[in-house]
Amino acid sequence: MFSFLRKSRNSEQAEAVELPTRTITSAIRSLFPKKIELEELEDILIRADFGIEASEEITKELRQQASKLGITEDSQLRVLLRDLLSIKLTRADSELNLKSETFPYVFLVVGVNGVGKTTTIGKLAKWLTDGKWKVVIGAADTFRAAAVEQLATWADRAGAELVRPQTEGQDPASVAYQTVERAIVDQADIAIIDTAGRLQNKQDLMDELNKITRSIQKQASVSEVLLVLDATMGQNALSQAKSFAEAASVTGVVLTKLDGSAKGGIAYAIQQQLGIPIKLVGVGEGENDFAFFSPKDFATGLVAS
Amino acid sequence: MFDSLSSRLSETFKSLRGKGRLTAADIDETLRDIRKSLLEADVALDVVKAFIGSIRERALGDEVSKALNPAQQIVQIVNSELVKILGGDTRRLQFAKTPPTVIMLAGLQGSGKTTFAAKLARLLKQDNQTPLLVACDLQRPNAVDQLKVLGEKIAVPVFAPYEGNGVGNPVEVAKQAIEKAKREQHSVVIVDTAGRTGVDQEMMQQAIDIRNLVAPDELIFVIDSMLGQDAVSVAKAFQDGVGLSAVALTKLDGDTRGGAALSVATITGAPILFSSTGESLDAIEVFHPDRMASRILNMGDVLTLIEQAQKTFDQEESKKIAEKIASDQFTLQDFLEQLQQVKKMGSLKGIMGMMPGMGKLKQDLDQFDEKQIDRTQAIIQSMTPLERNQPRVLNGSRRVRIAKGSGTTVTEVNQLMQRFEQSAKVMKSMAKGGPMPGSPFPMPPKKIAKPEKKKGSKSGNPAKRAAESQGIVYQPKQPGSSFGLGN
Repeated sequence: MFSFLRKSRNSEQAEAVELPTRTITSAIRSLFPKKIELEELEDILIRADFGIEASEEITKELRQQASKLGITEDSQLRVLLRDLLSIKLTRADSELNLKSETFPYVFLVVGVNGVGKTTTIGKLAKWLTDGKWKVVIGAADTFRAAAVEQLATWADRAGAELVRPQTEGQDPASVAYQTVERAIVDQADIAIIDTAGRLQNKQDLMDELNKITRSIQKQASVSEVLLVLDATMGQNALSQAKSFAEAASVTGVVLTKLDGSAKGGIAYAIQQQLGIPIKLVGVGEGENDFAFFSPKDFATGLVAS
Repeated sequence: MFDSLSSRLSETFKSLRGKGRLTAADIDETLRDIRKSLLEADVALDVVKAFIGSIRERALGDEVSKALNPAQQIVQIVNSELVKILGGDTRRLQFAKTPPTVIMLAGLQGSGKTTFAAKLARLLKQDNQTPLLVACDLQRPNAVDQLKVLGEKIAVPVFAPYEGNGVGNPVEVAKQAIEKAKREQHSVVIVDTAGRTGVDQEMMQQAIDIRNLVAPDELIFVIDSMLGQDAVSVAKAFQDGVGLSAVALTKLDGDTRGGAALSVATITGAPILFSSTGESLDAIEVFHPDRMASRILNMGDVLTLIEQAQKTFDQEESKKIAEKIASDQFTLQDFLEQLQQVKKMGSLKGIMGMMPGMGKLKQDLDQFDEKQIDRTQAIIQSMTPLERNQPRVLNGSRRVRIAKGSGTTVTEVNQLMQRFEQSAKVMKSMAKGGPMPGSPFPMPPKKIAKPEKKKGSKSGNPAKRAAESQGIVYQPKQPGSSFGLGN
């Protein structure tokens, strides 16, 4: 549960908005529906997309700790693994940057195709407007057919203002610029900018992100660059995170589609290897189906009996 | 990001060199490398285990121990087994005896179903079919709009009685669509459905209802090639739920190794028919099992490179440029477009890195300043259209203005112009069939041109042969190498 106590610039009172009770614990399927077998731990972690290295490392550490403490019982092993994962995943910088007091905040949302960028923005906007925030959304995905319409539907649901491209195929950087401009003129609290999905090996498209960032920075500073990753993805998500971090200085990851059968183990490798914090998770298609990333909840869900 | 299997194996092989015979331990070591590589490529663990098991059996048999180079023989076995599982001979799309042929698409959210539907429709239309696209994804906001827009682009009618966004009954839409197709004599009906997670019973039931009603001739399972270990449970859920007759892999233009292809092929036994390789609507290909095998083993870099180059310098474009060069109409504007195409492929260093045996050249390349391309681009972009098309109008004062505008010096502008004129001459003589002069800078596309040169050689490698027959063209007449960007 995350309380949101940031005061909107236009309201007298601080609004406390609590996220819906949905936590990721219940959304994530346990790695161990039966008993934990240390012999099988490595395989199970690999199956959950932790990757070979991380799986070996976690297994080794759990073995060491268990033998040191003389733990063999299933329930105790679960607690041990939960704490191990939770400690490794805990970071000081995993909260959204909504504390700087310089309005408007600007969030840029990036990622490859089909990971759920637009849906994430819709959910985020809804949550903020529920907290009486004034939200402007920028439709800088000027490429995909009907992307603007999809975003407009979400903006409607959230009661947020939408800045549309004025011509078809308009330069996304100029849409981003106009979005920030509108946010400033309308005294909005936050501008959230959607971008077209792009595969990380398309160099020209990655360069475009840099241009978008620079166009935002002409009027405001960028508070968050959120990289949206699909939990069903495998090791390629690492390559995505690396490339987007280089091209767009990603400040946090949104892990979507955790409500499926995927465990999103790649999140672990991304935090450990690349040092990018996971900040949000998506757990469904509904407007409230998201949560702030809690290492403890995530670990608890993974080891639930 | 990962070591290629070939480089890792060559380490292992080093210690084996000189051995005429592989022991069981040698084989196990090799197999461990292969296992790791497959896992890094996102092949599902259980699939890897079964696969390695069968390789081991063959490797311990006669064919390896008697082979001239046993270690490489193992890789050969791995490759051929991979190709076999990925669908030795790919079958073609099945058509109904009496039209319309019904093709239903199913898959996870964001796997690329709607885009694939349009690509497939375009492909079928080129094949003289009369497809009808049907918008049964009434769930995702504006999925219907997206299909309508795509349909318009490729001039294929879209049946979309509901605007979607949660309104309307997809089963009803499917029913009406089939009636409409019969009435209006469409030869193929492509039904786009809502994305679902494997664990969503309600959505799965909806897909089953649609399937029962339309009785599809093909039920194509569309999967994202970046899918991880979960590919197994997703594929199982879909096969047990709605059933599937074929698979399409999407987003293969990324840098994913695509191990999910092997997982899905193993689990479902269904053939992979198509691969989708880009955002433009013509980016769809018949699936090549051999290429996919090389890619999963991380040995297919050369082929990927060829494809990338092919995509970047598409044939028509190249032809147009060649004609322009021959008729002396090649302008700075054309040159600029060429530069931008090269940039699309990524950094030159990156391209070189993809080529085997290019290690040494790569060191030379490290001294090459990628920024030079940017500066050249800036200079041309600072010119007026007139100047770009008729460089001879560039007098002193124009050059000063261009230098200022591009943040360079007049000397740099002059150098570019000199190189442009020289190269134009060289290219012209080449276009007329003159001798090939030494290039001042060995740009990679030269290497790419190789398969083309060997045209008619009919390479033993089927993928290479396919590439040859497709006429992978990088016109050596193109300006890339002649402009001396590295100077």
